[in-house]
Amino acid sequence: MLKFTCPYCGIEASETELHAGGEAHLKRYGPGSADEEFEGYLFLRKNPKGVHLERWRHAMGCGKWFLAARHTSTLEVFGTYPAQTHEPPAEILEKIRAKYPEALK
Amino acid sequence: MRRYSAFAIAREALRHHTGWGRAWRSPEPKKQYDVVIVGAGGHGLATAYYLGKNHGITNVAIIEKGWLGGGNTGRNTTIIRSNYLQDASAAIYEKARGLYETMSQDLNYNVMFSPRGVMMLAQTEHEKRGYLRTAHANALQGVATEFITPERVKQIAPIINLDGPRYPVLGALWQPRGGTARHDAVAWGYARACSDMGMDIIQTCEVTAVTREGDRVTGVETTKGHIGCNKLGIVVAGHSGQLAEMAGFRLPIEAVALQAYVSEPIKPALDCVIMANTVHGYLSQSDKGEMVIGGGADNHNNFTQRGSFSHIEETTRALIETFPMLSRLKMLRQWGGIVDMTGDRSPILSKTPVDGVFINCGWGTGGFKAIPGSGWGFAELMAKGHSPLTAEFGLERFREGRFIDESVAAGVAH
Ligand SMILES: Cc1cc2nc3c(=O)[nH]c(=O)nc-3n(C[C@H](O)[C@H](O)[C@H](O)COP(=O)(O)OP(=O)(O)OC[C@H]3O[C@@H](n4cnc5c(N)ncnc54)[C@H](O)[C@@H]3O)c2cc1C
Ligand SMILES: [Zn+2]
Repeated sequence: MLKFTCPYCGIEASETELHAGGEAHLKRYGPGSADEEFEGYLFLRKNPKGVHLERWRHAMGCGKWFLAARHTSTLEVFGTYPAQTHEPPAEILEKIRAKYPEALK
Repeated sequence: MRRYSAFAIAREALRHHTGWGRAWRSPEPKKQYDVVIVGAGGHGLATAYYLGKNHGITNVAIIEKGWLGGGNTGRNTTIIRSNYLQDASAAIYEKARGLYETMSQDLNYNVMFSPRGVMMLAQTEHEKRGYLRTAHANALQGVATEFITPERVKQIAPIINLDGPRYPVLGALWQPRGGTARHDAVAWGYARACSDMGMDIIQTCEVTAVTREGDRVTGVETTKGHIGCNKLGIVVAGHSGQLAEMAGFRLPIEAVALQAYVSEPIKPALDCVIMANTVHGYLSQSDKGEMVIGGGADNHNNFTQRGSFSHIEETTRALIETFPMLSRLKMLRQWGGIVDMTGDRSPILSKTPVDGVFINCGWGTGGFKAIPGSGWGFAELMAKGHSPLTAEFGLERFREGRFIDESVAAGVAH
């Protein structure tokens, strides 16, 4: 079973306690942006077969959104981190690169 | 190609079945083809078949990284129906359903199409109103469906419990000519017909890159070397994102796991397909007697052909309330497939930003039923640059906000 540690309340939660929210670190485009930018933000996704940075909500717990780095075909979780960030913390990146040097390029 | 017939069975019986030939050839790839199709699932094979049959294009290779039909085509629960809400969907799914009616004769291969009827239960007031609306839409589209009463539901499927405490059955959307078919046979039948037209089906050959000259496709790199082509059709379901990346564009698609499982075989107890979409479960009984059961898709990006335990539990819990007899059954096998989900739950059959590259994907949890219609339309699109069946399903619909919203009909796996 897929498990994540919620970075806010510290609880190790299994996937039934969580709600998956798709790709993380999307750049938002709003009114006034080009159609292509808006399309990219709303619909186009990396969808990698590999390391995925993604959003999860601790739905049945503290209710907050957090971010996670996970491999989509081995289901390894490299770590979780707060949503108010623009990239994963250095130690998670290191862990990923040690095992998958080509990931996140 | 030797035709299959009752006479052929008799002839072979007399010589101890030594005369059956291989159903398709396994050739080495040529250097160059007019058309290369990536992915020998139902949609890829059907595309190749109609390229040959309807458009006379037979210098075609179908490249498959595993074995043909080993992707979602060989993993699905084979529900065939066309009771969708939007006109564009009804057109392509009903075209497909119609082609299924005569597929065995057309391919000279028994695909065991069984129009046993598909019933979609309404278990909330909201769902009932939704299905009434769909029944009216279907009437206008020329798709034969009707909304039936709970009494009629019980008559058709006596094993059902109508007044489950939480989700009573309030009626159902009934499509009497929906049903099931043998999934492997659909892939095998098309493969045999394609091979017979001189097309090359190249298995255990993975496409690793798309080669271009400027904006135009020139071929693909594979584990068996470079294979050149004038036109490339990408038909790889869960791996569409990977192939699109090789070709140099992005897709509005996310891959998730969808699973199914079957029970031990029992005596005939159910002779139609029943879908319970509110509670996320559906079932039918195979000719072997197994209850074929499916449920909802995982909600996270996933490339493991497995699926999570929590969904088995959810589906089982849901179905036992409506079909109490299931609680006595042992389950035999469970498996998963990687399905390609779009935001509006409708497929993409489209040209792409790369000249000569076409893509057919996004069938998600429900593309088996569409295989012949999709192949028909996509072949026309690849051959002529336009097809009335696929016109609405272009990639540009996302940018233009012109969705084909089927999240009512297809919100659940099937
Ligand atoms: C559990 C489950 C139940 C389902 N139930 C139903 C149902 O009841 N009714 C219904 O209508 N639909 C159902 N579906 C959906 C249906 O199975 C799919 O929509 C349909 O089979 C897709 O067919 P396809 O030919 O596009 O893909 P696939 O059959 O998956 O074929 C794609 C092929 O591309 C190959 N490929 C991928 N990458 C490469 C590469 N790089 N190089 C070469 N080849 C490659 C794969 O190996 C694969 O064989 C279900 C799906 C699942 C998983
Ligand atoms: Zn929490």
